[in-house]
Amino acid sequence: MTDTDLAYLTVRDAGRLLRSREVSSVELTQAALRRIDEVDQYFSAFITVTADVALMLAEAADRMMRQGTDTALTGVPMAAKDILSTRGITTTCGSRVLEHYVPQYSATATRRLEEAGAVLLGKTNMDEFAMGSSNENSAFGPVRNPWDPERVPGGSSGGSAVAVAAGEAVYALGTDTGGSIRQPAALSGVVGFKPTYGRVSRYGLVAFASSLDQIGPLTRTVWDSAAVLEVMAGLDPLDSTSLDAPVPSYTSALGGDLRGRRLGVPREYFSEGMEQGVEQAIRTALAALGDLGAEIQEISLPHTQYALSTYYVISPAEAMANLARYDGVRYGLSVEGEDAWDLFGRTRESGFGPEVKRRILLGTYVLSAGYYDAYYRKALQVRTLVRQDFERAFEGVDLIVAPTSPTTAFRLGERTDNPLHMYLSDVYTVPINMAGLPAISVPAGFSEGLPVGLQFIGPALQESAILQAAHAFEQATQHHCRRPSREALPSSST
Amino acid sequence: VTTEITYEPVVGLEVHAQLRTRSKMFCGCPADYSGAPPNTHCCPVCLGMPGSLPVINSRALEFGLITALALHSRIAPESKFDRKNYSYPDIPKGYQISQYDEPIGTGGWLEYESGDRTLRWDIRRVHLEEDTGKSLHTSVDGREVSLVDYNRAGVPLMEIVTEPAARTPAEARDFFEALRRVLMYLGVNDGNLQEGSMRADINVSLRLPGGEPGTKVEIKNLNSFRAVQRALEYEIERQSGLLRSGQRVEQETRGWSETVEITVGQRSKEYAHDYRYFPEPDLPPLRIADHELDRLRRSIPELPLARLERFRSQLDLTPLHAEVLSRDRNLADFFEGAVTAAAAASARSIANWMTGDVLRLLGERDETVDTGRVTPPQIAELVDLVERGEISTPAAKQTLEHMFDSGEAAASIVDRLGLRQVTDVDAVESLVLEVIAANPTLVDTYRAGKTNVIKRLMGEAMKASRGTANPETVMRVLEERLSST
Repeated sequence: MTDTDLAYLTVRDAGRLLRSREVSSVELTQAALRRIDEVDQYFSAFITVTADVALMLAEAADRMMRQGTDTALTGVPMAAKDILSTRGITTTCGSRVLEHYVPQYSATATRRLEEAGAVLLGKTNMDEFAMGSSNENSAFGPVRNPWDPERVPGGSSGGSAVAVAAGEAVYALGTDTGGSIRQPAALSGVVGFKPTYGRVSRYGLVAFASSLDQIGPLTRTVWDSAAVLEVMAGLDPLDSTSLDAPVPSYTSALGGDLRGRRLGVPREYFSEGMEQGVEQAIRTALAALGDLGAEIQEISLPHTQYALSTYYVISPAEAMANLARYDGVRYGLSVEGEDAWDLFGRTRESGFGPEVKRRILLGTYVLSAGYYDAYYRKALQVRTLVRQDFERAFEGVDLIVAPTSPTTAFRLGERTDNPLHMYLSDVYTVPINMAGLPAISVPAGFSEGLPVGLQFIGPALQESAILQAAHAFEQATQHHCRRPSREALPSSST
Repeated sequence: VTTEITYEPVVGLEVHAQLRTRSKMFCGCPADYSGAPPNTHCCPVCLGMPGSLPVINSRALEFGLITALALHSRIAPESKFDRKNYSYPDIPKGYQISQYDEPIGTGGWLEYESGDRTLRWDIRRVHLEEDTGKSLHTSVDGREVSLVDYNRAGVPLMEIVTEPAARTPAEARDFFEALRRVLMYLGVNDGNLQEGSMRADINVSLRLPGGEPGTKVEIKNLNSFRAVQRALEYEIERQSGLLRSGQRVEQETRGWSETVEITVGQRSKEYAHDYRYFPEPDLPPLRIADHELDRLRRSIPELPLARLERFRSQLDLTPLHAEVLSRDRNLADFFEGAVTAAAAASARSIANWMTGDVLRLLGERDETVDTGRVTPPQIAELVDLVERGEISTPAAKQTLEHMFDSGEAAASIVDRLGLRQVTDVDAVESLVLEVIAANPTLVDTYRAGKTNVIKRLMGEAMKASRGTANPETVMRVLEERLSST
């Protein structure tokens, strides 16, 4: 098999090859590292490539194979968003302020994967502290979309989406606060899965907005997402917000069609600003779901229009506090000053990028004395209404299906001057975070050669149900099999 | 002659008490940092490393609830933690996890004695939070530097806020002292003021009797009873002086200078804080089950003031003894253990022994009732021996010393050293006869009418018995023999 063949393996197929000894984890890992070496100069999906660690882990994985202690993920090369704490490996969060920060401990999610034999290839590029929808807010440069390198991959987990889309890693971990897994998955043509809030421990996930952040996989197939979640999910005594609910076998839930399934399509998710090509692809996808036996019905989530502005009150408020620790005293960037407060100021002035500063200011403002009631308290009330919208909807339907993003991948620089325009990229994903619900975005077709994503949203802890539906759709449509053409790359082989 | 206007102080206290748990408020690091090298009791959580998350110490929560219950506070069925945002090098996360609008306890009161009056000070709230690290400004290699030690960061802290009340400095001091005693009784705080495990911020404003309170001034970080009283006295004088001379009292925060005993205005640069409190998203709301509360309520011991009153009224102790013995819970428990174990001795006589020789011997040995070797039943046995006249007081004192040295029971020491009091009249008779024979001059003096020399003869007899003779018997036999020849 060629490196390219190996590069586009699924977790499932890689596992089969490994278990039948057709390929070793070391071979698979070497191929992936060669691939990264070859293509990542164009995409910048990685901030750090951990070749030595990867080969060491691959050797360990091969031993697990021989000893028969392997899991579905053993020996499969993967990447983690650079916001997940990895012991001994630089974790930058896409920020200058943490450019040289090496954590002393690993996140629960990455630790669980490592114990299952995962092979970490490196840490992926991202919008600084996960604040962004295009990956242009990274202190280490933007990530390019393999479907069109002049376009963004989406964000903030743009590096993870592209690592998968460009065949650099079999799967990658991302984090989703307002759409940061699903939106880049949609724009880059891969599967992106945000589980229920609390399903995966946040311990070691560097916090952006703590009440919204959630870790999840970006993969080539729904089956792969199910397999990765199965390993990461579950109660963690180190995260008091992690849920104490049993973790079912998500992969065993896959299979079958959608007969009798009631799927709700929220009319508010076909709003102004939606590209025609996206709408067309989604309508076609809905028809395909109907062909699979699903009963499609229109529903209403009336508070949708308030979700985005509410999100931009709650998430900056939490971020303001979460980012206060980057003061130059204990770790990370430290710029000397005349006294402690001068040190804080100088460190933060040069350590944070403009979007991060904007959100810190926003968060400070909405919590300030005299404004709290008008902004923060009101936002919490609206959040409750948004959650109730979903609760009411799920009384009449099993799952909700909706476009993941109103547009396909936009051009680099197109929205950087207009933050509000940029924020609209997440208008269909943010309400789900506000409600803490699980949702998966799967490839649903193309518009002018660019991928479109469809998301399946379920009630809390109904991961199995959304995976089953998304899997049925994927198997029937096969959009996930299409790969970005090599011609899209700037000429590399001369 | 103009009469000077007398202003009335209105005082409120905010008491911070570290909770005596094994681990910190939100992580597993040891909470006891005394003597530990800087930054050795730290982990990603209490250092606020990126991605770390807090987990509530359930013991600290229990301690907070027990305190709130003991102070008659209402326990909210649901409360929550909040983030208090402010920047300081010793605040690792840039915010402190505290409780803002839903503390675990609201309302309540504490009764305490001041002079000969029993007063009640109303409590506003009881809440939990985490302590900060410690900053140290020093010079290293001739360079001025600031160092931070995070061992204290994350140590469980409880804040008790009182309602403002018209109280004197002495009353405020007595309240602080009483509160400390209650916290120690509850076992939630070690009462170690010097090491800062309990400290008070005091608000004080002045008003004309019956008038509206004036501008409030806060005095920060008072960590001794004396400082509480003296700082208040000073501040009342200072504010009265300003008002009498027609000046205004500035709303400000002042520090207490222990050495010169004055309050000093702190950096005016420090503008009014806006802490931007909001609910801590990393910790789900606290729900306290009724059965848990019932269990905690049942675990509350009798509190110091109730015990003091019982010692005075039921056990008939002198006010001083009742005070000394009720002050410390272990001492009070020890004393009551001895009273319960005693067969003949009264609580009063056990109290005599406890407040006298027992405390003296403990002090000399730098021990406490729980570190020493002597047990309450052993003390009871000793006092019983005295009470029954089996040993004399001097012999008992001697026995007690041995008990402290060896932990041996009183009776066996008495037997081993032959200290049992001789009450047998025949034995005393022969002893008295010997003394009479050996001291003819004293006998003659007695018989010549100077009867008070009998005391010297008595002393000789006691000495000859090495303290074991029963003094009453000796006296009776001496009198008989001297008058009968």
